[in-house]
This record gives sequence, C-alpha cells and structure tokens, in this order.
Amino acid sequence: MQPTHTSSRILLPVKPWFIVVSLLFSLTINLAPLGKVPGVPDWVALAIVFWCVREPHRVGMASAFLLGLVTDVANASLMGEHALAYVLAAYGASTLSRRILWFPFLQQSMHLFPLFLGMHVTIVLVRLVAGAGFPGWAYFLSSLSEVLLWPPITYLLLLPQYQPVDKDKNRPI
Amino acid sequence: MSSSSHQTPPFFKRGPAPLVRLVFFVALSLSLLFVDLRFRYLEVLRQAIAVMTYPLQRMAYGPVAAASSLGDYFTSIGTLRGENTRLQRREIEATTVSLRQEQLDRENQQLRLLLDMKQRQPVKGVVAEIQYNVRDPFSHKVIINKGSQQDILLGEAVVDEQGVIGQVTRVYPFQSEVTLISNKDQGVPVRIVRNGLRSVVFGSGDGQLELRFMATNADVKEGDILETSGLDGIYVPGLPVAKVSSVRRDVAYSFARILCTPLGGVDRNDLVLVLSPREQLPPPAVDAEKVDKPGKGRRARK
Repeated sequence: MQPTHTSSRILLPVKPWFIVVSLLFSLTINLAPLGKVPGVPDWVALAIVFWCVREPHRVGMASAFLLGLVTDVANASLMGEHALAYVLAAYGASTLSRRILWFPFLQQSMHLFPLFLGMHVTIVLVRLVAGAGFPGWAYFLSSLSEVLLWPPITYLLLLPQYQPVDKDKNRPI
Repeated sequence: MSSSSHQTPPFFKRGPAPLVRLVFFVALSLSLLFVDLRFRYLEVLRQAIAVMTYPLQRMAYGPVAAASSLGDYFTSIGTLRGENTRLQRREIEATTVSLRQEQLDRENQQLRLLLDMKQRQPVKGVVAEIQYNVRDPFSHKVIINKGSQQDILLGEAVVDEQGVIGQVTRVYPFQSEVTLISNKDQGVPVRIVRNGLRSVVFGSGDGQLELRFMATNADVKEGDILETSGLDGIYVPGLPVAKVSSVRRDVAYSFARILCTPLGGVDRNDLVLVLSPREQLPPPAVDAEKVDKPGKGRRARK
C-alpha cells in the first residue's frame, strides 16, 4: 500500500499492535480533564476514521462501537450516544476509503469535513431528543480542528510504515 | 437443481455486508440509548467500564496534575525570590506577601469555612476535591475524588462554603459524579428567606437557575435569597441556594419569568463537602379510605 494511491512509494504492512496502541492512546488523550474548551478535537474519532480509511478490513464498526461506549462512560453522557456517532463515522470512512486515498492529504481532509461534522450533528441531535439544551455553535468547532489535524495525524500514524525494509544503521528513520 | 441457483463460495471471508453491520450497530446503539434514557438498567455495565478505564483515566489525569504542580513549583521559586528580596530589604518585609502564601491562606480559610458549616449542620459530611468538569458539553457535571469506597451514597447533597452546588448522581468505586444545580431540569426545592414562599428552582442549562410556575403576582423581588426547604428529604433545610437576579412579569403569560444566580461556586474552588443522607422523613399520610377497602376488587383487576 502507498501513502496515497498516486504516490509511488510502497509502505510496510501495518502492525496490528500499533493499531490497538494508537486507539488506546487516543482514548487516553480524550480522557484528559480539559473541561469545556470549545474546539478540542475528538481524538478517538480521528483515530477511528483514520484506521477505517487506511485499513477498512481490520478496524470497523465493531471497534468504533466499543470505543464509543467507553467514551460515553468516561464523559458521563448517555450510553450509546458516542457509540452511534462513531459507528456512523466508521461506516462513512470505510465507504470513503476507496475514493479519498487517490487525493493528496489536504484534499482528503476536505472530503472528511462533512463526515466529522455529521458525527457532531448526530451527537447534538441525540442529546436534543433526550432533552438537553443546545450547547452553542462553538461546539461544532471541534469538527474543524479534527479536519485541520488530519494531515499531521496521517503522517504521524503512517510513520512506522515508512521505515525501509533493509535497515540502515546510519539513518535514524 | 440447476447450476444457476448454485452459488459459488466466496474467495474471501469478510463477514456480513457493511450495510448489514451498520444497521446492526445503529440498532444496538439506539436500543442502548433508549434503555439508558428510560429505565437506567445499564448502571452495572457503566460501573464495569468505569472500573476498567480508571487506570487510563489516571494516566490522562497525570500530565494535567503535573502541569498544575509545575505551576506550584514555579510559585515556590517566586516565594524564594520574594524571601530573598525581603532579607535584602528589611523595610518592605511586611508588605511582601508571596503568591504561594496567599494561596495557602485562601485554602485554609476555605477549609475553616467548610468545617464551620459542618459544625452548624447536624449531618456529617465528607470533604472531597473536585477533579474535573466532565467533557460532555450538554450537561453541568463534575467528578469528585471520593466514591463508594469512601461511603459516598447516591443522592447525597454536595455543598461548598457558600451554598448548595449539586447532588451525587452516580457513584463509582473511587469517584462520584455530581450533577450541578445549574444542569438543565435539575430541581431543588427551595423557600424564599424573606417571606417563606415555597417553590422548586430548576437549572436552565446555561449556568442560571429558573423559578418556574410562580404566578405573575407572586411576591418575589430581585435580590431575594432562596434556601433549601428540606421538603424533599435530601437537602438539609436552610442551605443557601441562589439569589434572584431578574423578575420579568409579562401579562401575556400566566407565570412570571424569574431567573436566579447560584450562590455556591464550582469554578471558584475545588473543595466541597458531601453531606451524608439525612434521616428519613415520616412517610406521607395514606388515605384511610384506601387502606380500609378490602383488597379483593383490586386483586381481581390485577
């Protein structure tokens, strides 16, 4: 597999443990008690969407559902609220994955903006139906920050696969 | 059997189609949502997940706590520098008060106030520290660092030195979740101190409280203090809750729109007192006629 389908560089296959570690790490960052700062990205959603785009046969809706449940418990929100949003995002990402890998990273993130926005809209709709108040438009800023983080996150999470097969001891990476 | 009805086995096993999986998981989440919202049957599952994620949570809490202790560290450096200055210039010794000392003084004062409140109230309490606001932007909740291991019970009232701030709504082994009174539709039975008028104050969801269903001509003025009435059997009577900030009387509506500001602050401090449950109120008087009736007819209907 290549970084994008148009690039001529061949990547190493992904290591399954790295997927698990990155998902758990994103969950840990999400648990950091930052309070109610608007525009904080949902790291778990980013990680799920990333792996659903890159490896749609390894990470899918089941893992999205489980991570969503854990997020719901940690956020003290309704059970199944994030699970629903993450499942929808995972489905969208795995259907998009055949298309958006043909584009450069910046255009990929533009493709993903409706996906992230739709995820947050789902959460808001669920809570509004459940009787909560509207949190304000600043809530949707996080979809923007998620989209802006897409190129650096892609680079970071593909870094282990960029390593050459025959290792050169004089080169760090 | 014709050969056309015979399906070729798939080359790759990939499980059910994505759309089928999507429908399955969406249905599962929606049913979870419904069950959690209507029946609250999922508390056991919630407890289990919370215990499993507790180590991750501590890990995530570590850097933030480290950052704040780093702040403390630099404050101590500031203190040392201040001390140095004081030694060099004895004439301003009395006026140089370090930031650190100020902070400790404030903390001490807060503790004293809390202890005072504990003496005034007949019920006992547990001093707890607010760890963080929950991330959920739809609700006003905080997590405190005492849980069922420290005998925190569901429904206990939480106060600070200025008044009621909320109620324990979920208890985990090492933490509890406190729903603040400013949470949407969180009700507190109150009484107006000035004239003893009883009502229930509800959170409006934007940090304010609302006194609902008060007639347009009700005797409520701006600046009135509301205290708990104690009718609910949860809050001890006489705890200050809120101050009326605006009263709008519109003849088009049958009720006045009364907004209040909570007196207790959650952003201002991080030490709170969790009051242990008060003694049970006597059960409400049962209608004598209902009791005397023989149960035959009712049983037949059931």
